[in-house]
Amino acid sequence: MPRPLEPVSQGTRVVLGISFFVLFVAAWAVATLGGFVSKTFLADPITMVQDGWLLLTRFGFLSDIGITVWRVVGGFVLAALFAVPIGVMMGAYKPIEAFLEPFVSFARYLPASAFVPLLILWAGIGEMQKLLVIFIGSFFQIILMVAVAVGNTRRDLVEAAYTLGSSDTGVVKRVLIPANAPDIAEILRLVLGWAWTYVIVAELIGSSSGIGHMIIDSQALLATGQMIFGIIVIGIIGLISDFLFKALNRVLFPWRLA
Amino acid sequence: MTRTILKVDTVSRVFPGVRGGAPVRALEPTNLTVAENDFITILGPSGCGKSTLLRIVAGLDRPSAGRVLLNDREIKGPGADRGMVFQSYTLFPWLTIAENIAYGLREKGLPKAQRSEIVASYTEKVGLRGFENHYPKQLSGGMQQRTAIARALANDPAILLLDEPFGALDNQTRSLMQELLLGIWERERKTVLFVTHDIEESIFLASRVIVMTARPGRIKADIPVDLPHPRHYRMKTSPEFSSLKAQLTEEIRAEALQAEAH
Repeated sequence: MPRPLEPVSQGTRVVLGISFFVLFVAAWAVATLGGFVSKTFLADPITMVQDGWLLLTRFGFLSDIGITVWRVVGGFVLAALFAVPIGVMMGAYKPIEAFLEPFVSFARYLPASAFVPLLILWAGIGEMQKLLVIFIGSFFQIILMVAVAVGNTRRDLVEAAYTLGSSDTGVVKRVLIPANAPDIAEILRLVLGWAWTYVIVAELIGSSSGIGHMIIDSQALLATGQMIFGIIVIGIIGLISDFLFKALNRVLFPWRLA
Repeated sequence: MTRTILKVDTVSRVFPGVRGGAPVRALEPTNLTVAENDFITILGPSGCGKSTLLRIVAGLDRPSAGRVLLNDREIKGPGADRGMVFQSYTLFPWLTIAENIAYGLREKGLPKAQRSEIVASYTEKVGLRGFENHYPKQLSGGMQQRTAIARALANDPAILLLDEPFGALDNQTRSLMQELLLGIWERERKTVLFVTHDIEESIFLASRVIVMTARPGRIKADIPVDLPHPRHYRMKTSPEFSSLKAQLTEEIRAEALQAEAH
């Protein structure tokens, strides 16, 4: 047995990580192909792959994936563009924090999915409505988390900057922002993951395209293979975006790893 | 008599009580005059308000009463005319060693060519050539503090403030750092205010040792150190050094005992 906190080698890490996926699929295959679970409720892995292939080649599922990715990225980038500066200002300037923090803390708990019916009333069932669901879901979360990160900047670094002649805006621009840039990137990575759950909710209701729409359509046909394929595709895209984010952080913030 | 550069005029500091407790008198009304090119060490037991005094001079803390004058101008906040080196490692972790040293120069808006010239000269002076493109994390504690000294000096401040800068270093490194700092002072004749609780360090570096009492802090003794320059580490075993050390040990011991009794 390894001892607590003892590190493992990179090779072992990869093997262990993959083996759980294998174990998971194996358990699934035994449950379905072994006849323990009715096909009506859960498709077996082979059917799932066949259904998935059909979706991709015959039913234009790729464009559904594309439209969903665009919605997530669009709504998320829009939210980040506004939320990060507001969060930085809130963390840096306490009066702004006192002014906005109570409202943002309240707004953060408003479930984005509950806004879907209201947003359909306001913005119809077009792209705007989908983007808004994701925007509402991400915007307040990013503000609050960025504000907390910036507010926790090491005081001694700020003091050092002042003794080196930094002005107040100099401290914000050249200490608070660069010191917290990796944390902000990490916050964005986390919230992007949540944005994926909002987009599917937005697509389940009043939508004619996207992964969520495909899943709802498949439900009507009892095509559990297609539904599971859709869910797995979301998982894989999440994994890829996570990987890209981490790789980008390594390039942007080499000092963190130094 | 040389020109007065810094004047601490009946400065005191009272911290408000926490949760209805009694206010804490950290610093009794204190007067101190610093002449240009002085190397003053402020020696005292921990919690004697010596760091508070230094932070007030730096402008990072406000006095409850009194004022501090630098070149006859009252200090209202921190500024580039007072360089500071902290006990904790305060290099900016996202900047390389060269960028850290250049930080103040960039804030001043110096052109790049001039910046890199000054940075090169200070990297040389603190013996960090070849480490310009390293990040602080990759350097030992002693090297980080050397960079911090270079960063403060590159700004060409009127006075250099050091708050137990070698406190976290091991004995051998500390002793090397003392010689390095003293060497720079002997060459450049900066005015230095150096806070420490290490008696030997306070004598070796100083032209004047200020001894402070236990809380509430006030100046107990002002002892000139007339040991010749350049100083060498072997001086620490000379009879003159030892007698000064004995004298300061007595002064500090009385304070430490009093602090314990409280």
